[in-house]
Amino acid sequence: MEGLLLIGGIIVKIIVIILVLLLSVAYITFIERKVIGYMQSRIGPNRIGLFGLLQPIADVIKLLNKEIIFPQASNRYLFVIAPIISLGTSLAAWAVIPFDKTAVLANINAGVLFILALSSLGVYGILIAGWASNSKYAMFGALRAAAQSISYEIAMGFALIGVMMAAGSLNFQTIVKAQAGGVWHWYWLPLLPLFIVYWIAGIAETNRAPFDVAEGESELVAGFHVEYSGMTFALFFLAEYANMVLISALLAVMFLGGWLSPFQGIPYLESVFAFVPGFVWLLVKLSFFLFCYLWFRATFPRYRYDQIMRLGWKVLLPVTIVWIGVIALAVQYHLAPWFT
Amino acid sequence: MRRLFRYIKDFSLWDLLVGLGLTGRYFFKRKITIQYPEEKTPMSPRFRGIHALRRYPNGEERCIACKLCEAVCPALAITIEAEPREDGSRRTSLYEIDLFKCVYCGFCEEACPVDAIVLTRNHDYHFENRVEKTLTKEKLLMLGDKYEKQIAADREEDKGFR
Repeated sequence: MEGLLLIGGIIVKIIVIILVLLLSVAYITFIERKVIGYMQSRIGPNRIGLFGLLQPIADVIKLLNKEIIFPQASNRYLFVIAPIISLGTSLAAWAVIPFDKTAVLANINAGVLFILALSSLGVYGILIAGWASNSKYAMFGALRAAAQSISYEIAMGFALIGVMMAAGSLNFQTIVKAQAGGVWHWYWLPLLPLFIVYWIAGIAETNRAPFDVAEGESELVAGFHVEYSGMTFALFFLAEYANMVLISALLAVMFLGGWLSPFQGIPYLESVFAFVPGFVWLLVKLSFFLFCYLWFRATFPRYRYDQIMRLGWKVLLPVTIVWIGVIALAVQYHLAPWFT
Repeated sequence: MRRLFRYIKDFSLWDLLVGLGLTGRYFFKRKITIQYPEEKTPMSPRFRGIHALRRYPNGEERCIACKLCEAVCPALAITIEAEPREDGSRRTSLYEIDLFKCVYCGFCEEACPVDAIVLTRNHDYHFENRVEKTLTKEKLLMLGDKYEKQIAADREEDKGFR
């Protein structure tokens, strides 16, 4: 009986997380169109509902009603399974993200490893989609995505190693708690190069502009998901945006103190803002990164393929390795005020 | 030395930040979108939209079936047949414009000696059946009656240049 209750509670938590996530994904697509429109001197969608707020709902209805086309030459089984892998991995990763002091679905000790594993698995969705479509553009997209993900996963992993070394743990709650003590104690400062590298690698990992060669609509039509339509396409779309939110959440948790209040340690403001629950702070930090995603997309042109490779292997990787050395020394000699 | 400077500049992501600053400024700038059905861009009185046949103020149709427009039409979009009316005046019995052929050059309007065939400002029209591509005489006269005020005002404004 007790076990059943426990399982029921977990399932309820999962449903809450997924519902909130899917809803936020729907509205990120809307905000994206608005933000990019504003940066291009346009006003974006504003026809459906007040200020166009019902636009994502209309999009969802449209996508649900569309026909799913299976190309004759495609491998049906893999063709269907690819978007499921994409979305599944990006949703599963949310299990270890701490939303508040106690609010985390699975407070496991190997949280960082779990995230690394799932973000690597996510590539299989893209790879399988490109392969199963049996179309040359999808294939190109998949190959590019594979090469890009492998290159940037290494830099990403090294950036995470820096965080692990600084916090001395793979558990996300411990990582957040290790950053306690105000804005200057958060890891963005002592780990600044790793923060930037992780940020860039995260954008590359989610295949967002300026690293969206896997999609590259001007070269590859739509890359790995050219052949997808209707709900199968919508799943890829959901996965991409869920991944964006995930990377933003990870950046907030590992480098901006997660649910910690930014006013910690400031005499007056700390007590004023003490009533604000932790997940609101996480949400604020996460929103900042999400906004930056859109900002980058509106600003930067797509990297050329060889430039992406050069950046990944010849810039990001050396930077992370150097800074891991620096962090090792800092941790070893208890550099104040971060690693005491 | 220059190389060192460049390294510092590259690693501080300076160029990227400048780019972000530019788009960031545009984010707050006034938007130039014109929300079409409610707002419209200014339009010249010489705009060449859908055709219309005009009438004289007493209700008599202007067209005298001289067929100059039919002759000048580069796309051969106009078909005219003429017969004497009961009162003996020369009028068209058939005046059709094929909208699929028409290129909206406005030559017919220029050729017309009595200002009967004109191009109106109306550009956002549509039709849903294939047969409607042919503007018949009735339709053209109807359009002329409908937009007469605007047509007359536009001709008045452009008078000095005709």
